[in-house]
Amino acid sequence: MNTPVLPEFFNEMFDSGGVRSPYRRLEDWTRDMPAELRSLKQSEAESLFRRIGITFAVYGEGGDPDRLIPFDMFPRVFATDEWRKLERGIKQRARALNAFLTDVYGRGEIVRAGRIPERLVYQNEAFEKAVCGFQPPRGVYSQIVGIDIVRTGPDQFFVLEDNCRTPSGVSYMLENREIMMRMFPQLFQENRIAPVEAYPRILRRTLASVAPLKCTGEPKVVILTPGHFNSAYYEHSFLADMMGVELVEGQDLFVEGDFVWMRTTEGPRKVDVIYRRIDDAFLDPLCFRPDSMLGIPGLMNVYRSGGVNIASAPGAGVADDKAVYCYVPEMVRFYLGEEPLLENVPTWQCGKQDDCKYVLDNLADLVVKEVHGSGGYGMLVGPKATKSEIELFADKIREAPENYIAQPTLALSTCPTFVAEGVAPRHVDLRPYCLVGETVELVPGGLTRVALTDGSLVVNSSQGGGVKDTWVMAD
Amino acid sequence: MLSRTADNLYWISRYIERAETNARLLEVGARNALMPNIGGGYRNEWDSILQASGTAKAFAEKYGEPVQRNVESHMFFDSDNPSSVATCIERARENGRIVRTALTTQVWDALNTAFQEIREMQRTERSKMPLTDLTDWTTRTTALIRGASLATQLRNDGFDFSNLGHYLERADSTARLLDVKYYVLLPQPGMVGSGLDNYQWSTLLRSMSAHRAFAWAYGGEVTPQKIADFLILNRQSPRSLLTAIEGAELHLNQLARRYGKTTPALSGARSILAELAEAQVSEIFEEGLHEFLTRFIRDIATLGAKVHESYLSGEAR
Repeated sequence: MNTPVLPEFFNEMFDSGGVRSPYRRLEDWTRDMPAELRSLKQSEAESLFRRIGITFAVYGEGGDPDRLIPFDMFPRVFATDEWRKLERGIKQRARALNAFLTDVYGRGEIVRAGRIPERLVYQNEAFEKAVCGFQPPRGVYSQIVGIDIVRTGPDQFFVLEDNCRTPSGVSYMLENREIMMRMFPQLFQENRIAPVEAYPRILRRTLASVAPLKCTGEPKVVILTPGHFNSAYYEHSFLADMMGVELVEGQDLFVEGDFVWMRTTEGPRKVDVIYRRIDDAFLDPLCFRPDSMLGIPGLMNVYRSGGVNIASAPGAGVADDKAVYCYVPEMVRFYLGEEPLLENVPTWQCGKQDDCKYVLDNLADLVVKEVHGSGGYGMLVGPKATKSEIELFADKIREAPENYIAQPTLALSTCPTFVAEGVAPRHVDLRPYCLVGETVELVPGGLTRVALTDGSLVVNSSQGGGVKDTWVMAD
Repeated sequence: MLSRTADNLYWISRYIERAETNARLLEVGARNALMPNIGGGYRNEWDSILQASGTAKAFAEKYGEPVQRNVESHMFFDSDNPSSVATCIERARENGRIVRTALTTQVWDALNTAFQEIREMQRTERSKMPLTDLTDWTTRTTALIRGASLATQLRNDGFDFSNLGHYLERADSTARLLDVKYYVLLPQPGMVGSGLDNYQWSTLLRSMSAHRAFAWAYGGEVTPQKIADFLILNRQSPRSLLTAIEGAELHLNQLARRYGKTTPALSGARSILAELAEAQVSEIFEEGLHEFLTRFIRDIATLGAKVHESYLSGEAR
């Protein structure tokens, strides 16, 4: 038998010294909560979510489009100093990623300096030739950077991946907090928890700060959604509402002259900044996919001539690719002249011969991911896979090695979670949302995803994960 | 506001009002069917309901003979019927979901709850749901949604579009309900003014929850002339054609002032209003009630098309 010996997991609430300080008051809270009250509160939370309309449909699964993402009431807590450290690391990384994008669509210094292979950048599917040589306002390509972080010990934080395009889930961060405050006001009186409610306001300010040069007066910001059948539609409409901006579809916008216009009941209105929640390929049928019904014909021309800004910038995806990920610490050193504050997870690139051999020899202990995949699809969790699954996956890697990367099975930290039998540890990760415009900002919190199945390390909502409120204790 | 948003708000109201009309039509049918089938040979009461709802042909293709249970299924539950109560609630909620940000929590809550409840009803055994429960649920639910909208929505242009949808659909709906009487033929011409005839007329009033209001306003005998006056020309009646068109005109006028621009829709509403304000019941009966109503329903459709062109299509300049 070669069952891998799973390492001890770091429990965020309990260590050898008992309850860790940020969780101190939560101990009484759970102990004093009778089982009946707990199930009552749980169903109250569910009906609140359903009434508000927060639902999450999972791509490709069909079934109920109004499925709820499971919400766990046990909060995940960070102490002030833990958060400060994370915050500096996240902001640093967001700045470096943007500097990288400015560089690769400009002179490409980092490639010339040989710090990243040319092929990974210029042959990357997400590299957008159409925007080469064009500088978006303030040189910001990714205004909203979602950085997925896992923890393995008191001071061990690792970045799992970067999301420079349109990271989703922030509506859960905000709504989870609202619902917790509504259900357990006393917890918020007893604990000093830093608020997250400023996020929509800061997002709007960030987007307005990257208005194009041709914009005079108050910039008109809109959110562009693929439509109400999209699984993240709730989030799009929620953000539009909280920011006080219009939620538009491609059909609501058109190009005339040097600008983009919105169809209103009073006639056309000019639009300055488009926070798009659709992929590059669908933005403009004249520039990208000609069959796109979601986009706006002529949008890219207006963008390149400075008539409108698009957030995130077309082509921003070249920075959050899983192969490029390996070079982000290099970017921090190269552009900022600093040492990276947040570590990467050690990663083997199957595109490299030596790495590939190691990966194939050790598949049973590794997590293998597709370079372009997301959402937990198309990945192999070695320790959880059967022998035949591993063999099948090995064939896929041999066929196109450059499409895969591998990482060790991380000993993800756990956080107490309500389960049928009471409270039990479950693995968690964290996605904070860093906003980059005139300033770089981070609200104290993020989305904690939790793998609700005992022993599971996959937290994606498409794979049965849930969410938690994330607290940062105020000073 | 976005034309598409205005369109969604307009259609939420139309669908809600349409759901209510269907429930009321069902109620008329159920009451008419309680009358002993005396003379025979006259058209089935349920057929008249289908005729008035404009879905008789689709019904015949799917179900054949109009028997009560099938008519109930068709008009309440059937998702193949574009104007069934279930379809209307589902579409209203879908439109609401699209413009969730333009609705208050109360309105969304009422819409969403209605949708959850009707889905629950679709799963419930039919024998446990008598027709009166279905129609009561519908009138209660639509009143709740409309009430939430009136009590909480911002009085902006979106409110105008929402009300415009409500009033146009209501005008259409009253005209159709009134027209039911045309399709319920009396066994013999001699029965005009008979007990059966009057029974059918007063059923119509009941279906609009208006029989008491009618008694206060007119008193005495129920006559076709009085009822037509009440439902077409009386400003006090909340469902009369005149009241509905006045409401539509009010909101179109408000939009024209807000936007500083008059539209073909406003002039269209004004010309219908002018005709109604001048009309006499005797003239309507001279033209023929059915003919008058048919013409009116067509005029309302034209007005709807003008509203679409002026504001909702996104082609406004």
